[in-house]
Amino acid sequence: MSIDIDTARKVAHLARIAVAEEDLPALAGELSGILTFMEQLNEVDIDGVEPMTSVTPMRLKRRADVVTDGNYQDKILSNAPDAREGFFAVPKVVE
Amino acid sequence: MLDHLAYKAPEPKTIAGAKSDWELVIGLEVHAQVASNAKLFSGASTTFGAEPNSNVAFVDAAMPGMLPVINEFCVAQAVRTGLGLKAAINLVSAFDRKNYFYPDLPQGYQISQLYHPIVGEGEIIVDMGPGVARRVRIERIHLEQDAGKSIHDMDPNMSFVDLNRTGVALMEIVSRPDIRGPEEAAAYVGKLRQILRYLGTCDGNMQNGNLRADVNVSVCKPGAYEKYQETQDFSHLGTRCEIKNMNSMRFIQQAIDYEARRQIAIIEDGGSVVQETRLYDPDKGETRSMRSKEEAHDYRYFPSPDLLPIVIEQAWVDAIAAAMPELPDEKKARFVTAFGLSEYDAGVLTAEAENAAYFEKVAEGTDGKLAANWVINELFGRLKKEGHDITESPVSPEQLGAIVRLIKSGDISGKIAKDLFEIVYTEGGDPAKIVEERGMKQVTDLGAIEAQVDEIIAANPAQVEKARQNPKLAGWFTGQVLKASGGKANPAAVNEIVARKLGL
Repeated sequence: MSIDIDTARKVAHLARIAVAEEDLPALAGELSGILTFMEQLNEVDIDGVEPMTSVTPMRLKRRADVVTDGNYQDKILSNAPDAREGFFAVPKVVE
Repeated sequence: MLDHLAYKAPEPKTIAGAKSDWELVIGLEVHAQVASNAKLFSGASTTFGAEPNSNVAFVDAAMPGMLPVINEFCVAQAVRTGLGLKAAINLVSAFDRKNYFYPDLPQGYQISQLYHPIVGEGEIIVDMGPGVARRVRIERIHLEQDAGKSIHDMDPNMSFVDLNRTGVALMEIVSRPDIRGPEEAAAYVGKLRQILRYLGTCDGNMQNGNLRADVNVSVCKPGAYEKYQETQDFSHLGTRCEIKNMNSMRFIQQAIDYEARRQIAIIEDGGSVVQETRLYDPDKGETRSMRSKEEAHDYRYFPSPDLLPIVIEQAWVDAIAAAMPELPDEKKARFVTAFGLSEYDAGVLTAEAENAAYFEKVAEGTDGKLAANWVINELFGRLKKEGHDITESPVSPEQLGAIVRLIKSGDISGKIAKDLFEIVYTEGGDPAKIVEERGMKQVTDLGAIEAQVDEIIAANPAQVEKARQNPKLAGWFTGQVLKASGGKANPAAVNEIVARKLGL
């Protein structure tokens, strides 16, 4: 599968990555290269092989239902470009 | 034990278009907030109404390097919900990232379960009236994170974002398109809410947004739906639109009705319905397209690299199953069979688990039907008038049970019982003692009643003459005797004596 310039532009936009128009052809070429490699991997027969989710046999770590965190509004907001009355203030989002 | 009373399916709703009749096909995705202390992947609190951005951990704010750790109780709650909907539990499930940008989603993706949900197929029996119910198939339930809250009306140029709800666990409960009208859709949400509340897995508070629904609506000609059910081939159905995020039963019904009529008008005009996401505007009573959502639909899902699959053991599921409460359908069936109640009354009493528990205490060791009448008509009626719910009842189930037993034993008449209820409701106290102390006991001493009847007959010769000609007028004497006894004479006994004395 090859990625054309329009698709590259769309993916960049969806990921909110600013890509200059003149960089798109090179980017599309690189993405196509990655997908071609993936297609090559697809040639391997993996019927009946369970997906490997970890290199060591690990169980998903779980937490008890106890409140152990939070209550630091000042820290949460400290990196915000704009915060008012305890809220993040962002440019108006209109629906 | 009976799972559910016998029922037949309701008729689907039909809407008459300009050219022909149309039927509705509806499927719902309900987002139910999991009842838990802490969030799905962080240790921050889920309490509603806290100071903005105070119930937020660094994980929820998506600070760099923070990793999610799952709350095991939320997993148990999803499993419990699945069991309550008689659904298959998947011992292996996994999380995926759903990517989109919005200010109240700091991660830039929602952690959800697209490919391997924790709960598979189940069902809900949606009651539409005594003996009538719709079986709605559940497709799946998956766990996911809620987003934060954006407030748009605090400043003319800015939106304000509160992340307190960010990362709270949601169950998305997806139905098959088995719902056939606006009333059924509302009843489905109502029944689901009831089951969730019985299970304790979601508080069902729609006003706070803890239970909200996306509704998929399409229309088709009569007969097409049956073909779909036979083949499960969606091509028999019309193109659907999804109405997003509704948290009121009334709006759900209004939105479906409006949307169905909109689609019918388009098709009858020779056009075709475009599959899209729409929003219901309750002020205007119409749905409108959410064009902004179209591009956002490219979610580029992929497996979450931060979380291993959730692997649970059958024994753990069995332990949850063993601790399940009696569910609404079973409870209702039991009330009908064990207490001889009508399905309607059993439905009223089992609407909330607290009501059902109250009734069972009242009915303990006495007449279930009589107890049901008193709980529903007197107690619920009185509580409703004063805007209280059962937990605020000034009359305990033991007190009401005592009143019912006094009626059943014939110690007090139905009329006196109402006075007694009023006293217990306003003043409190032991009903049996009140009856004793205030001389409210029904007079069953026939001699005393006879004496009173004789007295009134003797004092009213003209009435006696009228009653002999028209026996219906004998009731006047009964009334006089009851009045003279202060309502304590047994009405049946008085009637009988009056009739005998008048020679009727």
